[in-house]
Amino acid sequence: MTQQPTVSLFIQCLVDHMYPHVGEAMVNLFDRLDIPVTYPDGQTCCGQPAFNSGHRQSARKAALHFLQVFRDSEVIICPSGSCVHMVRHHYPQLFKDEPDLMQMAERIGDRTYELTEYLVDVLGVTDLGASFHAKTTYHDSCHLSRSLGIRRQPRALLSKVAGLELIEMENSDTCCGFGGTFSIHYPEISTAMVDEKLRTILATGAEYVTGCDISCLMHIQGRAQKRNLPVQVVHIAEILSHQGEADHAGNK
Amino acid sequence: MPEINSLYKKLANDGINNQCLQHSLQGLQQRLGKGALNLWNQLPDQQLRARAKENRMQTLEHLDLVLEELAKKIQARGGKVFFASTAEQANDYISKVARQHNVQTVVKGKSMTSAEIGIDKVLEDQGIEVVETDLGEYIVQLAEDTPSHIIAPCIHMDRYQISELFTQKLGIPASTDPPTLTQAARTTLRKKLLSADMGLTGCNLACAETGHITLVSNEGNIRMATTMPPVHVAIMGMERVVATLDEHKTLLQLLTRGASLQKLSTYVSFQGGPAASDGPDGPEEFHLVILDNGRSRILADPDFKEVLACIRCGACLNICPVYGRIGGHAYNSPYSGPIGAVITPLLDGINKHADLCKGETLCGACKDICPVENDLPRMLSLLREKLAHGDKNWDVQPSSLQERTMFTLWAWLIQHPRIYHATISLMGHLQHAWSNRAGMLDNLPGPASKWTRTRLLPAVAQKTFRKRWQEKLSKSKASRQQSGDQHE
Repeated sequence: MTQQPTVSLFIQCLVDHMYPHVGEAMVNLFDRLDIPVTYPDGQTCCGQPAFNSGHRQSARKAALHFLQVFRDSEVIICPSGSCVHMVRHHYPQLFKDEPDLMQMAERIGDRTYELTEYLVDVLGVTDLGASFHAKTTYHDSCHLSRSLGIRRQPRALLSKVAGLELIEMENSDTCCGFGGTFSIHYPEISTAMVDEKLRTILATGAEYVTGCDISCLMHIQGRAQKRNLPVQVVHIAEILSHQGEADHAGNK
Repeated sequence: MPEINSLYKKLANDGINNQCLQHSLQGLQQRLGKGALNLWNQLPDQQLRARAKENRMQTLEHLDLVLEELAKKIQARGGKVFFASTAEQANDYISKVARQHNVQTVVKGKSMTSAEIGIDKVLEDQGIEVVETDLGEYIVQLAEDTPSHIIAPCIHMDRYQISELFTQKLGIPASTDPPTLTQAARTTLRKKLLSADMGLTGCNLACAETGHITLVSNEGNIRMATTMPPVHVAIMGMERVVATLDEHKTLLQLLTRGASLQKLSTYVSFQGGPAASDGPDGPEEFHLVILDNGRSRILADPDFKEVLACIRCGACLNICPVYGRIGGHAYNSPYSGPIGAVITPLLDGINKHADLCKGETLCGACKDICPVENDLPRMLSLLREKLAHGDKNWDVQPSSLQERTMFTLWAWLIQHPRIYHATISLMGHLQHAWSNRAGMLDNLPGPASKWTRTRLLPAVAQKTFRKRWQEKLSKSKASRQQSGDQHE
């Protein structure tokens, strides 16, 4: 393999604070592919919670900070579809009246990829030598599947994982009801939505549900555990970095 | 149960807990929602929807001229056209026509625009009997209820409820057999349709090139309501018009597919004026009421103009995961679902309907299914911006000082990584009281309780990724140094 550009990790805030092992799994993956990795210090949050709440002035500040932190990054990889969607599609909107910043935002957006998208579409890799012996179902998160059009890539990667039996759920791209602050402002609706998602997950008989967005997975996990349901969540990066027979997901 | 402080949340909750509704919505979305997506994927011309949108936007660009053309053509045939700026003007005009003809009974075709202006009550207050003739609307009317879907008004009721209603209101023997129930309604409605003095309908499409309005139906009631009574009044939102017959053809294809997966509805009625002097068919008088009622303001705003391209097929309701859980009554407006969440605040006040702007996840399913590719999530997001920062043009008051302060503080933290990470770390230290064995938080106090009442929340990790990365760096630096030492 020719020398690939250094990958700058854009670690979603929820991964940083609550699911750090997902970030570590990503690092393992790139180490295995012999691709240099860096983590630009000073990164915080892409601004999506503010943007989706209508507070675009605050979101703009977060975007400015992001542009500053990742200014010199060649390739920016994130384990979250919705954060990539934010950078790629919403940042230019935030700077629509500021041509210089808009151009900068567009350029950074062009260099920002979701993990599975980068692996499959750019690196052309599907087999990462992973093994994960479990029945698993896959949730198509909204911004990932609809806005970024990423459905094929994660499935291509999962299909090469030894021992993994992928069982598709019904309506795999129906929203899990997280929606950021929506889940706090409208908890009853949000919970009804995740219960419907769990109904389709449980119907597959899978032991694990995976996906490319930890926020959806956090929502599904939080509800499943509250209800003591027999399904666990695992981010796709964890599956792809996992090798060996037993002890599936990397727990904290 | 926690206190519920908004009507939207209360009505949504009612919907979520209504088993009958849940069952119906499940069926509706499985069949119609998925079906429409499949239809779009199978369209031989994959550019059809994009072209339809382009045509819609072009027509909206010079809507005044297109409407004038439509009016002229209809007037030339002896039809009467009235431009109503407000709901009140539309109601006054229709009332006046009813009085002139001494109307006792009005038969209606299904029309959400008529619900928007509230014409039924206005006519009833004048002692006029108003009868819905669309089966679903008729059921809702008998039940003294409101429609919960713009195409399938009584989707929230099942045949057992309808049976009870018909036994009570129509005096028929109890039956839960759908054909028997339909026949009972048909018998009653036929008498009304044959004896009514006025037909009042909406308008699915109007075509300026030919000067007619188009109504689609599957029950034949529209054909009767528009031709049997001596007077036919049609009311249309001013954006219903298309410029050319070619555009009309495209939209008609998309409308019936989006609404009910039909290549064409059972009936398509074209009306363009009173019956000709040499032909017996049609009403003696035809009136077209073209309604603005806030649409001009939408048209003038480039951010929202797109919503006027909507053809009211209802497909977005059939795919929306929020509508699919809460049902149509939660929107408390004739227009429910994603389209209702955008159009209702724009027509009736953004602050007043703030919950409609905020109460979705922006998942984008409505955008994918829309026959004219309307980007409703984009518009919801812009409505939220107006609610957050206020907007003079739309008379929107900004969000509370508390909310604005919170986001300002948040943005400041985002820009100050060290303090940001210290804050997260502090939260990590404070969380132990609520942490369970598996490292999940439960029963959190304050606003976080809105999450943990129904869901657990992962605790902040002992070591964040950032810390782990720093450790990894210093370790590899140390080992490099070590190996460097060995080489020396």
